[in-house]
Amino acid sequence: MDALLALIDANKIFNLTTLGHYWEGLLMTVQLVFMSLLIGLVISVPLAIMRTSKNRLINYPVWLFTYVFRGTPLLIQLYMIYYGVTLITGIQESIFWVIFERAYYPCLIAFVLNTAAYTTEIFRGAIEATPKGEIEAAKAYGMNWFKRTTRIVLPSAFRRAIPAYSNEVIFMLHASAIASTVTIIDLTGAARDIYARYYAPFESFLFVAAIYLCITFTIIFIFKKLENRLLAHLQPR
Amino acid sequence: MGPQIAPLVATNIYKQFGDNEVLKGVSLEANKGDVISVIGSSGSGKSTFLRCINMLEVPTKGDIQVHGEQVKFKLDRKGQRVPADNRQVERMRSQLAMVFQGFNLWSHMTVLENIIEAPIQVLGISKAEAIERAKEHLHRVGLYERKDYYPAHMSGGQQQRAAIARALAMNPEVMLFDEPTSALDPELVGEVLKVMRELAEEGRTMVVVTHEMAFAKDVSNKVMFLHQGKIEEYGDPKEVFEHPKSERFKQFISSVY
Repeated sequence: MDALLALIDANKIFNLTTLGHYWEGLLMTVQLVFMSLLIGLVISVPLAIMRTSKNRLINYPVWLFTYVFRGTPLLIQLYMIYYGVTLITGIQESIFWVIFERAYYPCLIAFVLNTAAYTTEIFRGAIEATPKGEIEAAKAYGMNWFKRTTRIVLPSAFRRAIPAYSNEVIFMLHASAIASTVTIIDLTGAARDIYARYYAPFESFLFVAAIYLCITFTIIFIFKKLENRLLAHLQPR
Repeated sequence: MGPQIAPLVATNIYKQFGDNEVLKGVSLEANKGDVISVIGSSGSGKSTFLRCINMLEVPTKGDIQVHGEQVKFKLDRKGQRVPADNRQVERMRSQLAMVFQGFNLWSHMTVLENIIEAPIQVLGISKAEAIERAKEHLHRVGLYERKDYYPAHMSGGQQQRAAIARALAMNPEVMLFDEPTSALDPELVGEVLKVMRELAEEGRTMVVVTHEMAFAKDVSNKVMFLHQGKIEEYGDPKEVFEHPKSERFKQFISSVY
């Protein structure tokens, strides 16, 4: 115990200033990931419904969107949006520049589009796995398309999608590290600052890896609880 | 007693899938309290006929009347016959509760939730009242203790009884049964037939597609035998079973027994 305290005393890296820097990085990471996932989730529900439409005019554009965003690296998407918008003539004089002059919003947009594409495909799979008989029963009991979708298809599909979606959440958390490449001080950005200042790559990145690990375990724990509650009907008993 | 409107009249129903004509002019009239068994070998069109009655399949030709209201049809751009008024079809379906071969309970809902869903969402009954009624129906089919179970945690016989309670909750004009015991293990058939028999004795109007000859003979008051999409035999079960007119029906009963 004394040895440990001595070690903490002896270290020059983890003082109040650097811990404060990590803390701000943590807040940025959590905020960015949470907002991306939330907006992406909201967008993906109508997109997934469109994606399962039999009408090609409705389903094809969504297919194209998901294939483009799942088929290219997130880093490239981020660069395209972050650097790309500055090339639009007149944007720097327009009111939109308030949004795009800082890195946060381009980054958020890239993350939202990326996670929306993946989540759309997760939901599409879950919607298509709805037992045909259950939809038929809903029809036979006089439910219209809207009621069938909101009462039977989606509640059942969301539950089925939870395990796959929890992977997407974890993936998004880890992918958010690339926000640091466009000047955002997230957890990874903070670790890089501290590495640069003290030239202590191992300590600074090991510390940040431990934080990512803790967040990941928290996410897994929450989803496990959610699955126990919402997937009870699929579990053996 | 004034003149009674027949709960269900299907007139001259034809159904074609591609080049395959499955139904060739089948008619049925169900008066209040009728229990009509529809029997026939597989491929005879009996399930298709039942599915045409509540428009899960749209008949190529023919008319359907539910409690005097005639279903309206139109032709779509490809020349296919489709219902003209979806709302009418939905209203009509809510009066023809169906019990399926594969139960088709909504798997993410408990038994109670399954039963109150359509009364609340389709008939617009309040939740409290729907639950009150559901409890009655659950007692009726002997599943009150299982009301908070999910379908996957029950036996096939229990699931089918829950599905019957779901149908009863609609307070339907006519109950349609599509081979309700065919997916069940033999020892579970009895409990479902018992409930159906009690419903028949209560005076419910039922159309039952079935392989259970004993049910057709003893419980129903009319039997329809379909063969290759046509009615080969129709009438009082005692008459039909004891003095069959058609050769096909004679062959059919000798192969079933």
